Amino acid sequence: MLEIKDLHVNVDGKEILKGISLSVKPGEMHAIMGPNGSGKSTLSYVIAGRDGYEITGGRISYQGEDLTGMEPEIRAAKGIFLAFQYPVEIPGVPNTTFLKEALNAIRRFRGEDELDALQFVKLVREKAKDLGINEDMLKRAVNVGFSGGEKKRSEILQMAVLNPKLAVLDETDSGLDIDALKIVAEGVNKLRSPECSTLLITHYQRLLDYIVPDQVHVLAHGRIQRSGGKELAVELEENGYAEFSEAAA
Amino acid sequence: MTGQLSSAMPFVEAFDPVKHNLPGAELGWMKALRETGIEQFNALGFPTPKQEAWKYTRLKSLEDTRYQPVIDEDGMTPLDSIPSVLPNPKDRPRLVFVNGRSRPEFRIEGDLPDGVKMEYLKDVLVSEADWTREHLGRICQNFGQPLFALNTAMMDSGFVLRVDAGVKVEQPIEIVFIGGITDRPVAYFPRNLIVLGEGAQATLVKHHMGMGVGAYFANAVTEIEIGAEATLRHYKVQAEAREATHLSTVHARVGRDATYESFNLSIGGRLSRNEVSVRLEGEGAHSGLNGAYLMRGSEHCDHTTVIEHLVPNTSCREIFKGVLNDESRAVFQGRIVVHRDAQGSDGHQLCKTLLLSNGAEIDVKPELEIYADDVQCTHGAASGQMDETALFYLRSRGVPEALARNMLVQSFLGEALEEIQSDEVRKAFTDQVNHWLPAACFLSEEWRAA
Repeated sequence: MLEIKDLHVNVDGKEILKGISLSVKPGEMHAIMGPNGSGKSTLSYVIAGRDGYEITGGRISYQGEDLTGMEPEIRAAKGIFLAFQYPVEIPGVPNTTFLKEALNAIRRFRGEDELDALQFVKLVREKAKDLGINEDMLKRAVNVGFSGGEKKRSEILQMAVLNPKLAVLDETDSGLDIDALKIVAEGVNKLRSPECSTLLITHYQRLLDYIVPDQVHVLAHGRIQRSGGKELAVELEENGYAEFSEAAA
Repeated sequence: MTGQLSSAMPFVEAFDPVKHNLPGAELGWMKALRETGIEQFNALGFPTPKQEAWKYTRLKSLEDTRYQPVIDEDGMTPLDSIPSVLPNPKDRPRLVFVNGRSRPEFRIEGDLPDGVKMEYLKDVLVSEADWTREHLGRICQNFGQPLFALNTAMMDSGFVLRVDAGVKVEQPIEIVFIGGITDRPVAYFPRNLIVLGEGAQATLVKHHMGMGVGAYFANAVTEIEIGAEATLRHYKVQAEAREATHLSTVHARVGRDATYESFNLSIGGRLSRNEVSVRLEGEGAHSGLNGAYLMRGSEHCDHTTVIEHLVPNTSCREIFKGVLNDESRAVFQGRIVVHRDAQGSDGHQLCKTLLLSNGAEIDVKPELEIYADDVQCTHGAASGQMDETALFYLRSRGVPEALARNMLVQSFLGEALEEIQSDEVRKAFTDQVNHWLPAACFLSEEWRAA
């Protein structure tokens, strides 16, 4: 699904990712853990195609296709989804409108019929109900005046509606209290399927109390320092990242 | 000085040959009013950047083209239909002008209640000469504005809206000004008069639009008097042709507990200036003076406003938002004056501009002049580029870049459009904005309803 080989990425001329390799197979859930400044968010932006992230070496491919230079909306249409660490507020644009435009753009790209307003509302209601999310949120402007928890839940709902094949969740747990965290984790678990691979990017182990990954990778100083099973997360919780900063130093 | 005189000269010279054919030529007081106008214009000279108020807007292009006063033929262009900004225009009260000539065949009476007069200025000069004399050029004396003076001399068209005390007009009244489609550069000078009696209410939509190519010059003046407890909602779309110059001066006097709400939507015209002066003269008077401008190519627009708080407990709220693309330029000059006796004044001003290209430019000059102690006044100005993070956010969800950009422009302008109190006009103006946007739009119904 996602193949990353010896990937080097510069931001503003500075090398942030210094040779990352990662292989995620369909249906797998991988957790990327690491301290602040390790390159976690850079990795998620490179996968989603944000401007300003220059690939200087290595290769990143999705479903066998090189992602280099591909527009973010094309990536989305091909099934890549990034849940933002800080979802952006867009005043005056209702959530439903935004989501409908997004979904229909993706459907057009795939040669599928667009959904009309009724079909769309029906779909969103279903998804919201499945996830236990209050659909009133949809009438409001995108993320405007949302609490931290609401923003993250909204991201999960967007993900459910757009139904991606590769979901990258960038610090989806940050800024959430334990109840919000549970709701979000539940959502992620519900969306788990053999067709959808997930990259869970997080600083803390606590999200992994609710979501069990197939593999855990430790990212520090722009490189993956260690990979292992879910027990690696527990070890990190006990020992912190100190070991890895020394290892890199 | 010499430079100023010479640039004013073509207009001054144009006055003598046409003055006998202008509306009200047979009325002595009109003749005198016009003569005063041309004298003042001659004395003030054509606006140049040396004048503080004209520092950022140059009328150089007006000096380079020899505009001629319109003749009847210019107004007789055959038209199949009249464009409207409102839905169901056929049912609405409407007046239509083409190149400064009235076109009665397109007039619609609508269901105006008794006590409302919607007339051409030229007719009112005949039918109600005394009333007109009391108001025309009286509501607003000349404040040293050359273009106001020029209009006073040359006024050739325009309308009168008069709403008697206590009368409420539910339907928005639309006045359409069409310019262009002439074989030479023409100038025309609409003069409008709006008088609302005590407790009256009216909503007016002025639609200035251009047809065809070629240069024309519209220099309009609107005088407004709003009686105690009356409300005027005064909306304007300026969608002039690419080579058009549109200069507009508005003076409004607002009485006790009365409201003057204005929204200027500037979406077309090579060179435009909308200058609005509001005098809050009665306690409890309020003005919402708002606008949005969307410019592209080498268009230039200027919004200059003056709000004067003259008595205690008056308020104003002013929000302008603009989007500039290509090499376009905009100017915002917003002055709020709180006079010594105007305790308890409340003023709020905001001007924000979104620059879509490196070549675009905005000049903003907010000015607060406060001579009272107990006053609440705020102002803010900002300009910047499109939020790249927001753009990426939308695109990462699959929204194509062009549409994402449109959504963000729409989002940006929303704060100003929301100020429009009439629901149907707000929707109509939102549509105008959508039409201005690049064609990548797939905007749905919910969007418009928002």
